[in-house]
Amino acid sequence: MEQPGYRTGEPWYKRFLKSEALTGYFLISPAVFLMLVLLAYPFVLAVYISMTDRVLGEPGSFIWFGNFLKLLQDSLFRQTVLNSFIYTVATLSLKLFFGVILALLLNQEMPARNLIRGALLLPWVVPTSLSVLTWLWMFDSLFSVVNYILLGLGLIQKKIPWLGDPFWAMVSVVIVNTWRGLPFFAVSFLAGLMTIPKELYEAAETDGAKQFRQFWHITLPLLQPVIAVVVLFTTIWTFADFQIVYILTHGGPINATQIFATMAYDVALVAGRIGEGSAISLFLFPALLIVIIFMLKFLRRE
Amino acid sequence: MRRKRFRTLKRIVGLYLPLAAFLLFALFPFYWMLISSFKPNPELYSLKANRLWIAHPTLDQFRDLFAKTAVLQWLFNSFFVSLLTSVISMGFGIMAGYALARLKFPGAQGFGLATFITYLVPTTLIFIPLVRVVQSMGLSNSIWSLVVTYPTFLIPFCTWMLIAYFKSIPKDMEECAMIDGCSRIGAMVRIVLPMAIPGVIFSGMFSFTLSWNEFVYALTFISSTAHKTMSVAVPTELIRGDAYFWGELMAASLLGSVPVALLYSFFMDYFVSGLTAGALKG
Repeated sequence: MEQPGYRTGEPWYKRFLKSEALTGYFLISPAVFLMLVLLAYPFVLAVYISMTDRVLGEPGSFIWFGNFLKLLQDSLFRQTVLNSFIYTVATLSLKLFFGVILALLLNQEMPARNLIRGALLLPWVVPTSLSVLTWLWMFDSLFSVVNYILLGLGLIQKKIPWLGDPFWAMVSVVIVNTWRGLPFFAVSFLAGLMTIPKELYEAAETDGAKQFRQFWHITLPLLQPVIAVVVLFTTIWTFADFQIVYILTHGGPINATQIFATMAYDVALVAGRIGEGSAISLFLFPALLIVIIFMLKFLRRE
Repeated sequence: MRRKRFRTLKRIVGLYLPLAAFLLFALFPFYWMLISSFKPNPELYSLKANRLWIAHPTLDQFRDLFAKTAVLQWLFNSFFVSLLTSVISMGFGIMAGYALARLKFPGAQGFGLATFITYLVPTTLIFIPLVRVVQSMGLSNSIWSLVVTYPTFLIPFCTWMLIAYFKSIPKDMEECAMIDGCSRIGAMVRIVLPMAIPGVIFSGMFSFTLSWNEFVYALTFISSTAHKTMSVAVPTELIRGDAYFWGELMAASLLGSVPVALLYSFFMDYFVSGLTAGALKG
């Protein structure tokens, strides 16, 4: 390692450029600056605002944990917590199950494999707000093409009220979230599958292990690291999701699909109760913390 | 002979049929978006017509869209913000990524951890106080509010992506260049960067897409029609009260989706290898 001032006679800025620590600090400074001003500071501000009863246009006063205590007793907020859990668990299990299947399918030899893989990625690539608009139109109460197809095939006898009924509205947002997130799961799992050595399967074959047992004893354990990372990422993203619910149901009907972020938006920016809205947002923090802890534990082990 | 037929059957049932089902599920909404944007209104809202096909294709929806809305302005805003933020983030990401991959300095590990954690922080956790921060910077209701805030989630991503690429490049070449009198930063720009091109392209492209698709910040910081980006303008400006103009909405959605879809079709291989590296390294 070179010492600062190692070669005397050089101008100071050249010495600066050659000292490793200073170069390091120089290189990370823009990133650090942005993260401090636009992430760390807003986070501290969020904690502060959540402890005030601030409404739009008024500074409000400091009320400690008043907002959090009030929220915990609020039936609408409890519903939101429950909805967020249902939304996260349901979409995560669906994406996990179908993601593994899709990855196994894509891992086989077939014509036009790259084209198929590209086509399957499309839901994940295009702007979510725009593709969800298409789903909104597909679930339209009068002109729903999904109902048109299901009725035409004789799979249902009468129209399903996709977005008009509390149960079906939750089903709808879960379907759309799964549709959007499945490609990420499948492609990540596919990448994991491709790193598994073929010899393992050949050895299992000679031992007479059937396909299912090969999957259970070779594929799944070796895929586990990728699965863990993908699940952890998706947990926090889904918990904090906003767009799909905002555009598809706006939390309705009768708050049946209200989740943390949409409720925070409604309370803080539509109703103007900024303190309370910030508190709702901050309920995402424990979830984030858990994901971070698991992620760090996991990465350290790897 | 029978064995062969059995194998073909197994392949159809075990591979092609389920794959076709997945493809149908993934692509049908795009088909629906496409045909809805080329249908005339009477056909769009007819319960009798065959809804899965277009009887009278028309460009009316696009004509109305361009005549009545600021769609070109929204597309321009999206391009401007996405291009600028991805270039900024790539630049800062290259710097930070190189520092973490190659240099030893006190606090490097802490910074690496911080970028990783930032990458996990959802935008919905801090969007409410950010409205005030943006306001105090005098940027509310301007696309510059997005140019400033988007790098906060793009830089961590680029940094992590590029650390992996930089680490895969052997140290010898830049050390040689430095012995020959090249400065550290000179060696980074001239030797390491050209070898990390796939990683740079991937992270740039991915940043562009993330910016192009971003919704929460754009929705909360910007209120006037002229400054909106595509992803927010279409759902907020084209739905007026309870009136949905589905033809125009689908035409606009198509216009907003095509640029990123094209980007991906050109760089598919980079994308898959990049995503793979990202997914495996976390």
